[in-house]
Amino acid sequence: MKQKYMLPLTGVFLLFLLAYAGVEGAGMQWFFGIVVPYAAVAAFIAGFIYRVMGWAASAVPFRIPTTCGQQKSLPWIKQNRIDNPDTAAGVFVRMVLEICAFRSLFRNTKAAFNRNEKNKITYSWEIFLWVGALAFHYAFLVVILRHLRFFLNPVPVCVKALEYLDGIIQIGLPGIFLSGIVLLAATLFLLARRIFDEKVSYISLAADYFPLFLIIGIAATGISMRYFTKVDILGVKTFTMGLATFHPVIPEGVGGLFYAHLFMVSVLLAYIPVSKLMHMAGVFLSPTRNMANNNRMKRHINPWNYAVEIHTYAQYEDHFREKMIEAGLPVDKKE
Amino acid sequence: MADELKPDELLDKVDYTPTSGSWMNTAVQIRPGMYCYAAKPESLETLSAPNARQWNPLDKDWKLPENWQQIIHEGIKDRLEKFRTFKIFMDVCVRCGACADKCHFFLGTGDPKNMPVLRAELLRSVYRNDFTTVGKILSKVPGGDRLAGGRPMTVDVLKEWWYYFFQCSECRRCSVFCPYGIDTAEITIMGRELLNLLGLNIDWIATPVSNCYQTGNHLGIQPHAFKDMLDFFTEDLEEITGVNVAPQFNKKGADILFITPSGDVFADPGTYTCQGYMVLFKYLKDKYNLDVTWSTYASEGGNFGFFTSHETMKRLNAKMYAEAKRLGVKWILGGECGHMWRVINQYMDTMNGPADFLEEPVNPITGTKFENSKSTKMVHITEFTADLIKHNKLEFDKSRNSNRIITFHDSCNPARGMGLLEEPRYCIKAVCDNFFEMPENTIREQTFCCGSGAGLNAGENIELRMAGGLPRANAVKFVHDKFNVNTLATICAIDRAALPALCEYWVPEVEVYGVHELIGNALILPGEKKRTTDLRMEPLPGMEDDDE
Repeated sequence: MKQKYMLPLTGVFLLFLLAYAGVEGAGMQWFFGIVVPYAAVAAFIAGFIYRVMGWAASAVPFRIPTTCGQQKSLPWIKQNRIDNPDTAAGVFVRMVLEICAFRSLFRNTKAAFNRNEKNKITYSWEIFLWVGALAFHYAFLVVILRHLRFFLNPVPVCVKALEYLDGIIQIGLPGIFLSGIVLLAATLFLLARRIFDEKVSYISLAADYFPLFLIIGIAATGISMRYFTKVDILGVKTFTMGLATFHPVIPEGVGGLFYAHLFMVSVLLAYIPVSKLMHMAGVFLSPTRNMANNNRMKRHINPWNYAVEIHTYAQYEDHFREKMIEAGLPVDKKE
Repeated sequence: MADELKPDELLDKVDYTPTSGSWMNTAVQIRPGMYCYAAKPESLETLSAPNARQWNPLDKDWKLPENWQQIIHEGIKDRLEKFRTFKIFMDVCVRCGACADKCHFFLGTGDPKNMPVLRAELLRSVYRNDFTTVGKILSKVPGGDRLAGGRPMTVDVLKEWWYYFFQCSECRRCSVFCPYGIDTAEITIMGRELLNLLGLNIDWIATPVSNCYQTGNHLGIQPHAFKDMLDFFTEDLEEITGVNVAPQFNKKGADILFITPSGDVFADPGTYTCQGYMVLFKYLKDKYNLDVTWSTYASEGGNFGFFTSHETMKRLNAKMYAEAKRLGVKWILGGECGHMWRVINQYMDTMNGPADFLEEPVNPITGTKFENSKSTKMVHITEFTADLIKHNKLEFDKSRNSNRIITFHDSCNPARGMGLLEEPRYCIKAVCDNFFEMPENTIREQTFCCGSGAGLNAGENIELRMAGGLPRANAVKFVHDKFNVNTLATICAIDRAALPALCEYWVPEVEVYGVHELIGNALILPGEKKRTTDLRMEPLPGMEDDDE
């Protein structure tokens, strides 16, 4: 069991070392600073499009939403318009709640069984996965948006505002960004859950641990540069603006830790399209959630519907005619 | 059965902690009591299904065609293009574990491979190995397949598929909790389709399918025998009510064609629900001159093809529209059935429509337009009856059900594949005063399967069924202990077949009723005599002493 997470952990550590040593030892700034990031972004964009197109190319033959509430029925029966939508507007709200608030995960319950005179299976509301997942995703989003300040000049007001809100708890200098701390904490929680929850541990693959370790590595190096090693921020900005404007430059005084951070981000970007992390796009395309339950109202077309052989009434009557007549059942052909 | 586990022994085994070690390396142990017998060759032959042969799941050799791996590979490839669900669900699962303890088979058996995520991983592992770039590359590196979680298709994997895809009742409960809506039922459907390409079905599915195809219903009841069954009920009902409620068969020009699962015609206690329909139709005929016909050709609503392949489902379902067209009815009314209604709601119009030879359904008695079924032209009987009740078109004597303390079991498919939640409750409450809900995590969209759905209602897999039905029975036991509930009402024929055995095992004091049995029992037929018994010919409340 242990090897399932030891291997990815070692892998991420090696990636870190590779970039750190490559820059500090071999002076390969141009490789880790220019070649790898461009290649990673290209792989991300191309891979992402390829995967989404691949899904979109598959047919949606039947309308099969999972209904989680009352259908549209008689006028006096109250329909659950969001969990059992019959209109595009209802589907839209359902999807927004699913994508922005992880509504299905919010429902999560935990089953437990007590072997005693009652032998009751109990179901309790289990909110921690939802909280952890929500914290992780939103913190990550804020971190990404905050990083736009490195790629845009002048820095847009909205990014500045976000930074202001993110750093609203001010303890000394530099101000603490909540998002970074929350991201690291949430990732550690998700990792701990994967290791210590026996059921989740049992279903986990190396491919589930790898991105967690990678993100922990990214968050840890980022936090470390900001609060502890104090990276040369002007140098970084010069460098990132170079990348963004396609005039890459390698600044002086930006060390191995930064390149290790950047390298792990690049690996993550390139890894997304070939991994389960594509759920970020897949969730939009899930037919059990993004379709309206108006199956009986509106005809849905299956693009590959084909004719099948059926046992016709005529064949049936031919087979049973005498018995049917004897039993007084009407028949089409009397012989 | 002497080898059957006692409830206490079964409860002793319930443990949700998975064993250690990797599931990928654990070879499947096919255990009697947990699986259904193999499909008989003659049943597959009816449908010209591939690889019809005698085989036994316990044998080492499953008599597979030589190129079976290629057949599976091509089968997966084909379905990835035909079903976006399949492709997306193979790709986006993050194994968060939210579904892990949602499956009734997992809750009852503790077998980790019954966690929905792992059931899907059985197939996903092969998909990763054969169809993903990373998987294909890593499978060539020694030990690399373990990294990406892929495994090659072997006979052991195939056996594991067979064992676990026939330990899933396609109830979709896990899908409710998945943040991406991954529906393990959909994966089981694909898995079973693939297995069917190799002739690997179970007999409790294959033979009903064959019967449905040939005879029109899954028990193979021939037309004259079908009529006989309903004639018996007519005689019983005449004794109970003093009214002749004889139904009409195959009547051209009737207003409505009525189709119900044949389980209601054949097996107790479904038969009493069937009698409930007959009482209702007689009432509507006498009071409002509504003309309802039954069909011997389309005499099966339940669609066992759904547990075989999409194609077989379509072949069986086609009879409903064909018969409605032949008889020239206005629209179709459907009886109480689970899978039948998922097929009707989510597949029928697409597969076998458009039903443009029918009229948009209107209740001729109340004038209500059934807006929600204007394309399929098929209405659920609880929608129909609820509408009649709302408009005060039915007269009931509620006291006839006063000895019934009722709870309602939402059948999985109408709940999670349609959203039929309030209509049956409205009907029940109209004919009975003692109604109590089970705990909220076990009803409506979170309802638990009877443990025998999707073709698993056989005799030989009784341990699986009793374990799978444990969460349902456990909730029934709760309301039985708390409110003295003695009646479990439901709207599914498989429920009516499966739940009595389940209740007998876990909550022996509770009896299973169809909603329309309760309706038929309370309905006051024009010209009826003073009833002294219910439809089961048991004394009505207050009539217990009349015999003395």
